[in-house]
Amino acid sequence: MTSAADKARTAAAGRAAGPSAGPWRRALARLRRNRSAVIAAAGLLLIVLACVLAPVYAGAVARTDPFTSNASGTAIVDGQRVPVLAQSTEGLGLGVTPIGPTWDPGSYLLGADNQGRDVMARLLYGGRNSLLIGLSSALLCCAIATVLGVVAGYFGGWIDAVLSRFFDVVWAFPVYLLAICLSVVLLTSGLHLGPIHIDAGSLALPVVIIALIYVPYVARPLRGQVMALRDKEFLHAAVGLGASDLRIMRREVLPNVLPTVVVFLPLMTALNMLTESALSFLSVGVQSPDASWGTIINDGLALLYTRPAITLAAGLCVGLTAVALNVLGDGVRDALDPNARLRGGA
Amino acid sequence: MIGYILRRFGAAALVLFAISVLVFLIFFATPGVDPAARIAGKNADPATLEQVRASFGFDRPLPVQYLMMMKHLFVTHDLTSFVNRGTLVIPQIVEAIPVTLSLVVGAAVIWMVLGVAMGTLAGAMRGTLIDPLVMLLGVFGVSLPVYWLGEVVNLLTQKQLHDSVFSWVPPLGYAPLSQGVGQWALHLLLPWLTLALLYAGIYARLLRGELAGALNEDYVRTARAKGLSERRVLLRHALRCSLIPIVSLFGLDFGALVGGAALLTEVVFGLPGVGKLTYQALQNLDLPVIMGTVLYAAFFVVLANAVVDVVYARLDPRVRRA
Amino acid sequence: MPEPLLEVRDLRIRFGRFTAVDGLSFALGPGEVLGVVGESGSGKSVSMLAVLGLIRTPGAHVSGNIVFRGRELLGLKDAEMRSVRGREIAMIFQDPMTALTPVYTVGWQIAEQIRAHEKVSARAARDRAVRLLDEVGIPSPERRVDAYPHEFSGGMRQRAVIAMALSCNPALLIADEPTTALDVTTQAQILDLMRRLRADHGSAIVMITHDMGVVSEIADEVLVMYGGRAVERGARRQVFHTPRHPYTWGLLDSVPRVRGPRARRLPAIPGAPGAAERGCPFADRCAHRFAPCDEAPPLTPTGDPGHLDACWLPEDRRRTR
Repeated sequence: MTSAADKARTAAAGRAAGPSAGPWRRALARLRRNRSAVIAAAGLLLIVLACVLAPVYAGAVARTDPFTSNASGTAIVDGQRVPVLAQSTEGLGLGVTPIGPTWDPGSYLLGADNQGRDVMARLLYGGRNSLLIGLSSALLCCAIATVLGVVAGYFGGWIDAVLSRFFDVVWAFPVYLLAICLSVVLLTSGLHLGPIHIDAGSLALPVVIIALIYVPYVARPLRGQVMALRDKEFLHAAVGLGASDLRIMRREVLPNVLPTVVVFLPLMTALNMLTESALSFLSVGVQSPDASWGTIINDGLALLYTRPAITLAAGLCVGLTAVALNVLGDGVRDALDPNARLRGGA
Repeated sequence: MIGYILRRFGAAALVLFAISVLVFLIFFATPGVDPAARIAGKNADPATLEQVRASFGFDRPLPVQYLMMMKHLFVTHDLTSFVNRGTLVIPQIVEAIPVTLSLVVGAAVIWMVLGVAMGTLAGAMRGTLIDPLVMLLGVFGVSLPVYWLGEVVNLLTQKQLHDSVFSWVPPLGYAPLSQGVGQWALHLLLPWLTLALLYAGIYARLLRGELAGALNEDYVRTARAKGLSERRVLLRHALRCSLIPIVSLFGLDFGALVGGAALLTEVVFGLPGVGKLTYQALQNLDLPVIMGTVLYAAFFVVLANAVVDVVYARLDPRVRRA
Repeated sequence: MPEPLLEVRDLRIRFGRFTAVDGLSFALGPGEVLGVVGESGSGKSVSMLAVLGLIRTPGAHVSGNIVFRGRELLGLKDAEMRSVRGREIAMIFQDPMTALTPVYTVGWQIAEQIRAHEKVSARAARDRAVRLLDEVGIPSPERRVDAYPHEFSGGMRQRAVIAMALSCNPALLIADEPTTALDVTTQAQILDLMRRLRADHGSAIVMITHDMGVVSEIADEVLVMYGGRAVERGARRQVFHTPRHPYTWGLLDSVPRVRGPRARRLPAIPGAPGAAERGCPFADRCAHRFAPCDEAPPLTPTGDPGHLDACWLPEDRRRTR
């Protein structure tokens, strides 16, 4: 299996050789002809646009602040003014039941959560966070992984041995558990590492944590690719011309692994967004009063049987976005580097 | 083969050691707050803090702290939760392990059987409707949050359709094997299916791709030229070789399942396993419990990986000598 | 010629709108060796796959007659075809490195073929596998029978593949470039082996190759293919000594001669392989093209019995070697 994959990868690397714009433009043309990828991209654009416009919706349409509790608020349903939160009539009479979906965009389109906040507005704001964390952690992860993968693959020797053993350990460690360990510790104290200071409640914390845990997923395949490149003539030629290691890595190696990184980016964004939502669901991701789709699913858990719209809507948002990202990612893979494989083959 | 097994388990022991050091460093050497304050939980009184310091040896060098930690965890089993005043952590974990194992082993069996069956079908019947269906399920498998799917299942089976189609579904929770295999399986059925369905989709899609590749291989043409039946060519030759990468992936995913998706599934379905324990500990930042569950889970994960690799070597003669 | 073992008449193979084989006919007697020569894409491999019913591409269309031992093979039910494959007609492929399933021992794979066609015990099948491996010259076969393909070298693997193909004593062995992937010494050994086995087992052989050298060593009859058609057919002596078709001239010129004047540089056939749209398939690359070539020439007998060619060139413009 390995040798065949290596051969294919070498071939792919050979095809992408040279930093000209040609292969990229050809790949884009191929991607445009892929109908499901185009549909996924359009859907994704729509979702992103909706989330970007969250303040517009909250301010101008729903006229509500989705971050402060609104226990005594009211909404207009069928021309009648009703309280947003009603004393629960089911069960033991403890707790409150928020109003359900009104299907009126101006007033609690999808109902309220247990603090009387507008679910639709929170969904859009939560989407901003989910997408932002997903994308920025994917970017950070790919950046770190590219540097480590290229360095390990290019230099080999003890540098490679150390980095590879490190990848192995993190690889064998279930990602969620690792993320939980990091989150639990950093959530109590924030991150203070040299010049980097991140507060405990900051959104940057989940970004960093999620980016770190997935580094081996991306770095390992890249390292293998660079190893295969090392034996190529054009690298020997560059060495023969007396180019410095840094220059060779930047000018010769990087352009050859970049297509793979680009393939991984949408797939990692989907994976990271799902991880964020899972961590937030476990209450070690995005911290209140900030919202993400994961925290909204968690909020809706207690109201699952009475007000399922909260959880259903948030979950559908995560699922649809992830489907769109994965379909797009598959399209990019087919267009750019059909042999690129993350762990899990996804 | 024996040599391979020994080497593989030796490597597993090294990885376990490395993981335990990693976890230890995350919990005790991350700069910021006094680790004793972390262990003791929010708003602990000075006496508790003092007790924590003594118990974990925070005034001593890191390697000694590491050894004391491991002793608490694996030798004396007296790691104590300070948030839940004095509850011993390890017995809780030991009690929760059968629940988690029931969940993941059952789900893994269903997912492998279902995934291999669907993948083989899709690979053998390319061009029919089954093929795009499996592909779609594969995309959903990597895209839907498993805990959310679990909630939707609960909503349908416990509330919306509970009075009609799903009246046979028992309330959420776990029934130990001592109540009979029937009750045990009935309580676990929906969690199993929820967990297995997504993974089965991923695996079916992967296997389909592998199989499509294998069916174009020269050895398949040779097998056909030998006069073997198409069924035998597909199952004994193409599928047999396609399963090799699938099995190696299974080792990794089984571990990820124990430490990830199963944790979330347990929470959603109210199963009192290691995942639920971790979840509760996360709610009140009970670090000793989290540390305990993480290391015990890591132990199973690394063990599972090693076992899968040995199976893998049985499947693929080429790796045995490597 | 006695009753032919295999007779192919007007074989046509289309993949969608692309015609891969266009009216191929030939016959082969028991124990004969037929060399099928041509560049890649000439339709030589695909027509032999058609003989075994192994063309499985969706949209492929095969017509004509393939008569083996008096029985029409084309249109045979799959179960009946399976009893022919491997037992009466065996086939070996070009690349021995990938021709064996990597996860089973060599002996297992030979025994599998034996047991697919004959009711014998696993023990007996294995013993036969050992004998076969011995026969094809694999050292200590008793031990190697339990080795995996990756533990064999390329030449050893091709020997094992040949042993497997011979396991049911087939009347016809189709060998698709069996020596191409091997180094020169090993090539010679494998050809030697095939010659010896032919003498021992009496199997007829169809040897597909692009290498005139291989043909000259082993073939009784030669079939030259270009663009999905037979362009020349005849006994080895006829084709090598009095080649009639310009394409055959090109093929022979591209092989260095041992005797006679040595060329400074081996001439290449100009242009890229591929059939012309209409007319003679070789016309686009032919130095002797003239007006009649716009129509496809049929394969017609020459003066010499058994020697046929498909070319419009008048006798005085042909050359002899």
